[in-house]
Amino acid sequence: MDKTLNHKAWFLVLPVIVLVAFSAVIPLMTVVNYSVQDTFGNNQFFWVGLEWFEEMLHSERMWDALGRQLLFSAIILTIQIPLGIFVALNMPKSGFWSSFCLVMMSLPLLIPWNVVGTIWQIFGRVDIGLLGYTLDALGISYNYTQDIFAAWVTIIVMDVWHWTSLVALLAFAGLKSIPDAYYQAAKIDQASRWAIFRYIELPKMMGVLMIAILLRFMDSFMIYTEPFVVTGGGPGNATTLLSIDLVKMALGQFDLGPAAAFSIMYYLVILIISWVFYTVMTNLEKKEG
Amino acid sequence: MAKITLDNLAHSYLAKPESEDDFALKELNHVWTDGEAYALLGSSGCGKSTLLNIISGLVHPSQGRILFGDVDVTHASTADRNIAQVFQFPVVYDTMTVRDNLAFPLKNRGASPEYIAKRVQEIGAMIGMEAELDNRARGLTADAKQKISLGRGMVREDVNALLFDEPLTVIDPHMKWELRTQLKSLHHEFGHTMIYVTHDQTEALTFADKVVVMYDGRVVQIGTPQELFERPEHTFVGYFIGSPGMNVIPAKVNGTTAEVHGTSVQLAKHFGKLDGKVELGIRPEFVSLTKGEGLPVNIRRVEDVGRHKIVRAELFGEEINILAPEGQGISPDMNRISFDQDHVNVYVNDWRTEGKAA
Repeated sequence: MDKTLNHKAWFLVLPVIVLVAFSAVIPLMTVVNYSVQDTFGNNQFFWVGLEWFEEMLHSERMWDALGRQLLFSAIILTIQIPLGIFVALNMPKSGFWSSFCLVMMSLPLLIPWNVVGTIWQIFGRVDIGLLGYTLDALGISYNYTQDIFAAWVTIIVMDVWHWTSLVALLAFAGLKSIPDAYYQAAKIDQASRWAIFRYIELPKMMGVLMIAILLRFMDSFMIYTEPFVVTGGGPGNATTLLSIDLVKMALGQFDLGPAAAFSIMYYLVILIISWVFYTVMTNLEKKEG
Repeated sequence: MAKITLDNLAHSYLAKPESEDDFALKELNHVWTDGEAYALLGSSGCGKSTLLNIISGLVHPSQGRILFGDVDVTHASTADRNIAQVFQFPVVYDTMTVRDNLAFPLKNRGASPEYIAKRVQEIGAMIGMEAELDNRARGLTADAKQKISLGRGMVREDVNALLFDEPLTVIDPHMKWELRTQLKSLHHEFGHTMIYVTHDQTEALTFADKVVVMYDGRVVQIGTPQELFERPEHTFVGYFIGSPGMNVIPAKVNGTTAEVHGTSVQLAKHFGKLDGKVELGIRPEFVSLTKGEGLPVNIRRVEDVGRHKIVRAELFGEEINILAPEGQGISPDMNRISFDQDHVNVYVNDWRTEGKAA
């Protein structure tokens, strides 16, 4: 059959093109635009080519922030994924308590980022915060504004508190979809608890876990508000993660060129790591299957 | 291996059952003889899977005891009972190979690697999957998966009993027949007690030494296929077994005669005067079409199924089925029926009554 050619059809996709252009393409291109130009003010720009990218690639500051960011995401994933699975495994499977747990666990997910930050900022304060005051009273030195270790522990525990529920809810959905017959067969086969997890639950949860890992990676890699509210990136630069550094550079110092180059690289890093994750995990699933 | 005794067993899925209707499985006493092959037959929801799960320990009964040999296992775990069970829908461990799937129950019980290798090879041959042993179980067809489930059920030689919960539902007809034959030969070879749940009478009658028919949470009859055919103890058995099922005709019985809508029918035995809901049960095989004498019927249609013809007719407004042998002509004036006296059963409130010799 011959295809009908009708150029008027383009009008039908026009709304989408306009929408995407204004919401994504044009803002992104503005950033690209900044990344290859420099200015001395007065809105006068001149072309610098890839200079900003070169500068950023040799900037120790960016590499340090990237290092901290990778460490942060790695710690978050190693804690939240197993913990989420563990919580899901131990949740009541049905009845009132199951719904109760689901609601309780969804609550942290509904709290706005900066409120979460504020809660923990106050919670951890040595003078008025319940956590800080208690730890101090117990003789444990804890001060997230001065101690690097305490600052890291605080933002990690905060993120675990905020987001483990998401992993748990996804894992729980995966677990719920396993028919009873599997557990019965495992009982008949005298499978150990570990074998049930390894050969029944984990394979059946793989799909949702993949989504959970991707979501948690992307979110933690882009995290800004909560650590910014709690530590402001300090003490020193100890908790200055990529996005915090980026904002400092772009809005604090108004270095639009380097910040734009930084943004683009940041974006590419997220894209590449997510792609690697996705590819590795789909391959893993295929190999398993 | 051991005989399995069910003592006063009953089960309700409700926490506080009040009337008998609350019980999915009504009180039951039965001994499953060691080494026999049983079929548990009944329509959906009659409690047969519940009974099976109680025997395997997946469900704990509300009352009564289960004994394996002389040991009370009512509260023992599934593992301690050493039972194999195959479920209606295939359960395979997706991430393992077919070989590992078959070896799994043996590994979990700590069998030696040499024994496992040998046994898995045997079972692989038995289910016809030797060539696929090293493939992953995921991505196989439903009937291949079910064959693996069956294989996993049969892999242990020392089990107390082998339970099958409608295992061949998803298998295609040819393979169904073959697997059933293999199950039977396995039974002859090793003499395991086997309990096979099904709602398919052909499957039940061909597989089992004894068929246990369940209806509404109750065992209504246990017998050989022959007994179930000739003397159904309950109208449900008569109706459920046979194709088409037994004809049940309301009647009044007094002594050796039954009265069906004013026409009397001679009975082979003496029953006295019966009260309650009295019915005659006659299998279509024992009803014949006649000319001029007997009960009047209106023939609705005739189905030729090859070996014989099924005549669907109406007797005083109620449906009745007649089996006419192959080759028998059916003429328009054959509008009466007669019964083979020896095969007329009399039922009072659905249960069969034994008459005295007349």
